[in-house]
Amino acid sequence: MEVNGASIVYQNDWFVLSGAVVTTWIVMAVVTLVCIFLTRNLKVHATSRRQVIAEFLVKSANNLVKNNMGERFGSYAPLAASVLAISVCCSLSSLLGAFPPTGDLSTVLGWALVIFTLITYWKIRAGGIGGYLRGYLQPVPVLLPINIIGEVMTPVSMAFRHYGNIASGMIISMLVYSALASLSTMVLGAIPGVVGQILSGVPIFQVGIPAVLSIYFDLFSSCIQAFIFCTLMMVNIKLAAEG
Amino acid sequence: MEELSRAIVLAGSAIGAGIAMVAGLGPGIGEGYAVGKALEAIGRQPECKSDVTSTMILGVALAETTGIYSFIIALLLVLVNPLIGRL
Repeated sequence: MEVNGASIVYQNDWFVLSGAVVTTWIVMAVVTLVCIFLTRNLKVHATSRRQVIAEFLVKSANNLVKNNMGERFGSYAPLAASVLAISVCCSLSSLLGAFPPTGDLSTVLGWALVIFTLITYWKIRAGGIGGYLRGYLQPVPVLLPINIIGEVMTPVSMAFRHYGNIASGMIISMLVYSALASLSTMVLGAIPGVVGQILSGVPIFQVGIPAVLSIYFDLFSSCIQAFIFCTLMMVNIKLAAEG
Repeated sequence: MEELSRAIVLAGSAIGAGIAMVAGLGPGIGEGYAVGKALEAIGRQPECKSDVTSTMILGVALAETTGIYSFIIALLLVLVNPLIGRL
């Protein structure tokens, strides 16, 4: 039984196109099309179900950002909503049989590096470049390596937490599938005669049991990890802008 | 000698994976403590049950992080065998 990463779709001398990137493009296109569909023909008072859903989504995003970041960062609502939407939809694409893009560390680390750039920008804007560099020597200058490591650990731990939860869920599902296949071969092979030989190729135990595990690993874990990624982003930006 | 060094690398990976999973102790204790505190808070004030529950779930998933770090390291050591390539 082997553990593979994303499949390689196209390879060149200059770059390698992996299946995770293609799935991310498809998810981005689907989310954009859903947003365009939800905002056609808007009226001043909501009469259609589509407009009620659109207003609910926008109001939830604005409330989330205002509660976590304060009034000053109200314009960051589109960033928070798009990180949340793409993270949830990428992780949930494993329900449709694709390799989830968030099960590849490259995808999540890319998002975390963008957020790290935002955090550094707000730190420099709050204290100036001198204040930012002096902050590394802050309590005692001998703590400089520890401060550098702590600074780098913010995006790395965000990315690794998200990747680790989704990828370990994927690997556990794969292990459970192969265990159930060998279990059904063992049990059905005990039937004597030709019936046993034919039936032992049918993995009967793979039918219902993995679906129960998939409720935790695919549905619950995806939504919680996307929400935590988004909340950590908002809290870190707020702390950087005031400290 | 080639087989002996390969066997030593495989054995070392397996032992390392087992020792790494000892880190599963921390999140278990910490999250149990957090859930206990949440239950006390609900007992004191039953009408804020949904607020306390959603905050508890958020905190539990954050505290789970180091357990997930050690789990990924153990799975990589056992299933992907990255140290064989350095022989």
